[in-house]
Amino acid sequence: MFIINCPYCGEREQSEFKAGGEAHIERPKQPTELSDDQWAEYLFMRKNIKGIQFERWVHVHGCRKWFNMVRDTSNDQIHAVYKMGEKPPLK
Amino acid sequence: MPKNLRINSSNFIDETTRVSFKFDGKTYYGFKGDTLASALIANGIHLVARSFKYHRPRGIMTAGSEEPNAIVQINGNTAYTEPNVRATEIEIYDGLEASSQNCWPNVNFDIGGINNILSPLLPAGFYYKTFMWPASFWEKYEYFIRKSAGLGKSPTKPDPDLYEHKYIHCDVLVIGGGISGIMAAKTAAENNYKTLLLDEKPHLGGTTIYQSSEFNKINNQYSSKWLENEISKLKNIKNLEIKTRTSVAAYHGYNFLLARENLTDHLPLNKKKDKIRQRLLKIRAKKVIAATGSIERPLIFNNNDRPGIILSSAIKKYSDYYGVVCGKENILFTNNDSAYETAISLFNKGIKINAIIDIREKVNSEITNHAEKIGIKIYNSYTIVDTSGYRRIKEVSIMKLSKDGQSVTGSKIKIKCNCLGISGGWTPAVHLFTQSGGKLKFDNEDNVFIPSKYPSDQISIGSCNGEFDLNTIIKNFNQNIKNFLGIDKTSFEDLKINSTKEILKRNIWLLPSDKAIGKCKPFVDFQNDATAKDIKLALREGFRSIEHVKRYTTTGMGTDQGKLGNMHALGIISDTSGVKMSDLGTTTFRPPYTPLTFGTIVGRNVGEFFDIFRKTPMHDWHVDNNAEFENVGQWKRAWYYPKKGESMFDAVQRESKAARDGAGILDASTLGKIDIQGSDASEFLNRVYTNAWSKLAIGKCRYGLMLNEDGMVYDDGVTTRLDENHYIMTTTTGGAATVLGKLEDYLQTEWPELDVYLTSVTDHFATISVCGPNSKKIVKKVIPDLDLSDEEFPHMSFKNAKIDNIKCRVMRISFTGEQSYEINIQANFGKSVWEKCMEAGKEFNITPYGTETMHLLRAEKGFIIVGQDTDATLTPIDLQMDWIVSKKKYDFIGKRSLYRSDTIREDRKQLVGIVTEDPREVLEEGAQIVADVSKKPVEMLGHITSSYFSPNLNKSIALGVVKGGKNMLGKKLFIPMKNKIISVQVADPVFLDKENKRLNA
Repeated sequence: MFIINCPYCGEREQSEFKAGGEAHIERPKQPTELSDDQWAEYLFMRKNIKGIQFERWVHVHGCRKWFNMVRDTSNDQIHAVYKMGEKPPLK
Repeated sequence: MPKNLRINSSNFIDETTRVSFKFDGKTYYGFKGDTLASALIANGIHLVARSFKYHRPRGIMTAGSEEPNAIVQINGNTAYTEPNVRATEIEIYDGLEASSQNCWPNVNFDIGGINNILSPLLPAGFYYKTFMWPASFWEKYEYFIRKSAGLGKSPTKPDPDLYEHKYIHCDVLVIGGGISGIMAAKTAAENNYKTLLLDEKPHLGGTTIYQSSEFNKINNQYSSKWLENEISKLKNIKNLEIKTRTSVAAYHGYNFLLARENLTDHLPLNKKKDKIRQRLLKIRAKKVIAATGSIERPLIFNNNDRPGIILSSAIKKYSDYYGVVCGKENILFTNNDSAYETAISLFNKGIKINAIIDIREKVNSEITNHAEKIGIKIYNSYTIVDTSGYRRIKEVSIMKLSKDGQSVTGSKIKIKCNCLGISGGWTPAVHLFTQSGGKLKFDNEDNVFIPSKYPSDQISIGSCNGEFDLNTIIKNFNQNIKNFLGIDKTSFEDLKINSTKEILKRNIWLLPSDKAIGKCKPFVDFQNDATAKDIKLALREGFRSIEHVKRYTTTGMGTDQGKLGNMHALGIISDTSGVKMSDLGTTTFRPPYTPLTFGTIVGRNVGEFFDIFRKTPMHDWHVDNNAEFENVGQWKRAWYYPKKGESMFDAVQRESKAARDGAGILDASTLGKIDIQGSDASEFLNRVYTNAWSKLAIGKCRYGLMLNEDGMVYDDGVTTRLDENHYIMTTTTGGAATVLGKLEDYLQTEWPELDVYLTSVTDHFATISVCGPNSKKIVKKVIPDLDLSDEEFPHMSFKNAKIDNIKCRVMRISFTGEQSYEINIQANFGKSVWEKCMEAGKEFNITPYGTETMHLLRAEKGFIIVGQDTDATLTPIDLQMDWIVSKKKYDFIGKRSLYRSDTIREDRKQLVGIVTEDPREVLEEGAQIVADVSKKPVEMLGHITSSYFSPNLNKSIALGVVKGGKNMLGKKLFIPMKNKIISVQVADPVFLDKENKRLNA
């Protein structure tokens, strides 16, 4: 079980959090302009990387805030957490 | 008790306290401090179990948690019974009753022993190969296979014991209280680390604590004496907590560990009462020091499983620690020096050593020379080719090993014995290390896997790190622990160590016999009866991956998880297939390290504490009025209110009729309520619901449908505009939390520019829904000041009101199709207002109804229930609810998906009404709907989602989803059931009052 450093509350047990999938996928501003394929790309296509992954988490049993996290899925090391809207600290 | 099997007084056994216990119905005596295994051996009993598959007689083989054979059922036929308890771990107490498992009628004469004779017919994969066909017979085979599978019997009564969970946070966790662990714990605690030391045994000290040998000395003392002194000093160290009888079960990432603390298993029955039996420790450690030691390996040779064949280290522990002699005529069989320690220790106590058989050539180490000097007969370069003795070993046959170790030569020598100690070297206990994500490396010299890459802040020290002699252990300890803890000095740097070092090694994973392998039984996994032959067979049949061979042969799949034989299995695979051990890798070690009871896992979360349940403010009233409850999410909701003698059907019919004819009252407090405020609240609702919200007037209510981004219906409910920038949204009972979560997600991540605040107020309000033709009159009596005229207070509107000066919100909204009013009042007044409504409604026969009647009434109106009529595959269009999807709005969640090529297909499943040809026939929910039963395979068109007998229409009604159903109005379809085919017709889903006259009546 990880310890996650919530950007608003500090270090807490993983059981207080919920994962929310891949980060930095913005909802299209004009969905109606998109073809079926383009919309499907947004809707369904998610990466499942072995290694460094950018993902969304929410402190669901805490401050209820969403934030982003950089995690290595091969060893669960968390390299960074940052607030929504902030630039990822590493590429 | 045959006292002569007790050979010396032991520091760890209290010979003044005699303990009586039963084994297989017979009473025996041991002493306080004995394990069941040591007490049985002291009574001359070695045959304690039958093996899993061949029912071969088996004896106690080890003295620890790695025991594969001596697993027993304790306290059978009582609520306290427990199967698969290791006799080597359970401490005896007055009243303990243990019995052998897997044998009938008894362990000495077991009918199942016939399997041993049939064993050529029972190779690896026997069940897979034999019971494959005909496929339809599996159910019949299964009954018999299940009966012959398994070891102990699971309890049939509820567990009367108490368990609990405890969280522990520490700076340093030390696992294992052997010499390394004790030095580590002392060093950490003295350097101001808050330290926790755990050991699975009742006493600290590991194997060193009974090591009184000339060959292991520290500062000129026996290492046991030195360690005893160190342990006695631990008490005075603050910062150090010690827990014995505590076994670490799991080591997860981020140094999170689970351990089981055994508190009462060693106490007599009358002293266990009302105490916590076992405690699950959830440990979060900043640093972890694993000092988990190592497990002695057996040797794999023909018939290596007879009672009386014991690990050499276990024989030593039984004699040095428990003061019990395993046998009077001993042979030791080894490939390393540690069996010589056992031999010398036994010899010094006057116990006869008939021979040491060593597969190595003559060794010239200090300890082997000593053994020779005191006159022990040593056979070098010999191996055991067979053993005899059915219920206890009697004799071994030995032959000279060839140079390459693959065959035997010369003539056979037979040597008598009644105890054979075996030692195949040592396996570091790296189980927890690998559980934590650590990577191993193979050491070719010692043939061991040892820790290589640490995934968290942890270190392995001592023999679990492949350090096997005292000198190396202490030297490495000082270096490694200083680095690990960031300190300059330990108090163990100037110790004077005398220890012997092994100078010659020889490892043969599978020892040869003069007989062909096909005629031999060299057991690798003793508990699961897997032999080297089975492993070779698996390889011949094409299995290559170690994980596959494991599952096919069941090697390492017993309750001991193959702690003894896994390495040999790997070695045999490596030798046979030519793949290097380092490339082969190990099977995955999974938690728990030793079995956990279910009680420990669930702790206090049993019975009513199994899960939280939520009660509405009127819950007690429902209980007092005989309601039956159903679980909706965590809520207990009144389901129906049976009167004396009424069945559920009767009650629901009566309630449904009353609600339409007179008045009904429903506790709707469980519906989710989300308070929405902010200057962008209307815009926000526009984006999350399919319909338009900007023009909703203050004081009006509107039904809304919420989709997922994929266009599928997610939730529904009525939202009321309380003020310009203030709404109250209702959600389904089960969806409340996820809807709030989803809305927060969009607000925070996609639309942070919106000025909107969401607050869950579900628990803050009690909601009472009064419906039916008389509802207006009843509400008038309860809230006389409120103008209820249709002009002033029409359907889908809201008013603030007061009941006895308490503010409340009244909404005129309906889920039943009847005129109805929903009173929302702060929760603590819920019950009194409910009672007021009941009192006011008495003259109108007001009838409380539950969720079942609510479901029936809404089905008459064709209203959907999200989650019952929908299942995340239906769009609003599929539900024939096109009217609620705004054409004007540019965007809302899910809009784009409503015209994907898949969602505009005509033949999607669509919601329709279904009526039966026979109006009395009520369909089963979930029943399949088909068009043609004659054409096989029958094509399924859909299924029934809701079905009731409507008392108001006096006929059966149902909702269902049917492929292309929208265009099938009036079409005849069929519902095939087990013994009949029911004819139905597709109908409009609104069965009653399509014109909504009743809403405004």
